[in-house]
Amino acid sequence: MTVFRIGSGAGYSGDRIDPARDLAERGQLDALVFECLAERTISLAQLRRSADPDAGFDPLLEARMRAVLPACVAQGVTIITNMGAANPLAAGKAVLDVARELGLSRLRVAVVTGDDVLPWMLAHDVPLMDSDQSVRSLDGRLISANAYLGADALLPALQASADVVITGRVADPALFLAPLMFHFGWALDDWQRLGQGIVVGHLLECAAQVSGGYIADPGFVDVPRLDEVGFPLAEVQVDGRCVITKLAGTGGRVDRLTCTAQLLYELEDPARYLQPDVVADFSGVHLTEVGPDRVQVEGASGHPRPDQLKVTLGYRDGFIGEGQISYAGPGARARGELALSVLERRLQRLGLQTLEHRAELIGVNAMHGPGLGTDREPYEVRVRLAARTPTRVLAEQVGQEVEALYLNGPAGGGGVTMSVREAVAVASALIPREAVVCECEILEL
Amino acid sequence: MKIRDIALARSGDKGNRATLSLIAYDPADYARLERALTAERVLAHYQGVVHGAVQCFPLPHLGAVHFVMNDALGGGVTRSLALDAHGKTLSAAILDLALDADKDWTASTLDPRIP
Repeated sequence: MTVFRIGSGAGYSGDRIDPARDLAERGQLDALVFECLAERTISLAQLRRSADPDAGFDPLLEARMRAVLPACVAQGVTIITNMGAANPLAAGKAVLDVARELGLSRLRVAVVTGDDVLPWMLAHDVPLMDSDQSVRSLDGRLISANAYLGADALLPALQASADVVITGRVADPALFLAPLMFHFGWALDDWQRLGQGIVVGHLLECAAQVSGGYIADPGFVDVPRLDEVGFPLAEVQVDGRCVITKLAGTGGRVDRLTCTAQLLYELEDPARYLQPDVVADFSGVHLTEVGPDRVQVEGASGHPRPDQLKVTLGYRDGFIGEGQISYAGPGARARGELALSVLERRLQRLGLQTLEHRAELIGVNAMHGPGLGTDREPYEVRVRLAARTPTRVLAEQVGQEVEALYLNGPAGGGGVTMSVREAVAVASALIPREAVVCECEILEL
Repeated sequence: MKIRDIALARSGDKGNRATLSLIAYDPADYARLERALTAERVLAHYQGVVHGAVQCFPLPHLGAVHFVMNDALGGGVTRSLALDAHGKTLSAAILDLALDADKDWTASTLDPRIP
């Protein structure tokens, strides 16, 4: 029951890899967690899997494994990740391929599935959250439906002594909670400890956001060496108290400010943080600086887990076409505003069928709308027109209209960019716990 | 003085809601921060951006005030046409607010359209 050292190897799918390698090599870790799924990542991965049955997992999975597997295997560090995305089994096989390529003699990979609940969702018309519609309203447009699994779904993989645990949709903090529950033997209804474990996971799940990333504001919050910011780790005690820290010699900082900012990040009611394993209560959390880059975290609690699990549904939502063009120098803003009014009239004149659109000036009102800071005169502005359309062809016309401003618009417009993408949106619904059946498959080298 | 002189801000997204945390550099400044940042004043500052109610969660033991701003992200991160669909840049806007609410309640920082 010694201290359990758990590190964060990624806070999103495109995150840096070198800090994860550093943690694996020097962190003296027990577990290293990679959290790589944003809301619609699985839907986009599902589209890739539809085109190629072997695809659909995180594109950086192999690169990450090459970076950390040698150290993790040599030191007995358990890797836990949701990089399986829409195809955990293919991801598990890809990890074994990397292990072979690295010349490792043995590796046990556990693939945890069960989050894919699309068949159930198609068979049961349940209400969508924050909406007056139901799942049926997405008929024909649904791409994926994945339930947020809890730490309990990962326990069989840890009991099987897996070196690498690969899964799809699991609540982000649960990726960290699972190895803590397993190591310390916390009960499934030990709400206070589970709540504390969720705090540990929540603080670590965005990686550098607790160790100096996303907080620097020169002259107000100065952060050393963001180019080599260290990823965080937690030293967790049997009662769930922990110290958040980072490796010596890395950039960044860990202190009351960085930990408080991350503690509250994306929370709604801090006293009721809904998780599959527990309703965590962060309202009593205390943070204490106990050394350089060391913050002690204690005081979380929890209440019984919810009866239903949250499901994220990905669906096709038309196409988004976008175009941009810049104006600079004296009168830049007036020329940009003229360009916007020309574009608005062109949309009407052509009868371009947009479902909704935004026309704005980057440098004036693109971020915070018409009110804040728009009284200042910028040296340069960038016109931006974005529209949602029912078809790709219509979306292409949006950028073309912006590009046509070169010859037909105000003076001195330059630097046009255009893009078209299929829009994939997400909605949420609830599913009864009993309808979600998890499985754990072991792959071995 | 402005909020920026005593606190930092971080925003995040949750569906169509933006979260906004203000953390006092010095916990001793918490009371000033809480006094300055009522839900009403935050809503007024983000007019045109936030279209729903603002909830305030005071956390004195952390030296922080936390807000949830409803209907703030153009229908949600995955539906919004905004350049910053996550509303990540929203945090910085609040730092420009005057610390003393009495001094700027009708001033141009709140609504530049009011002369």
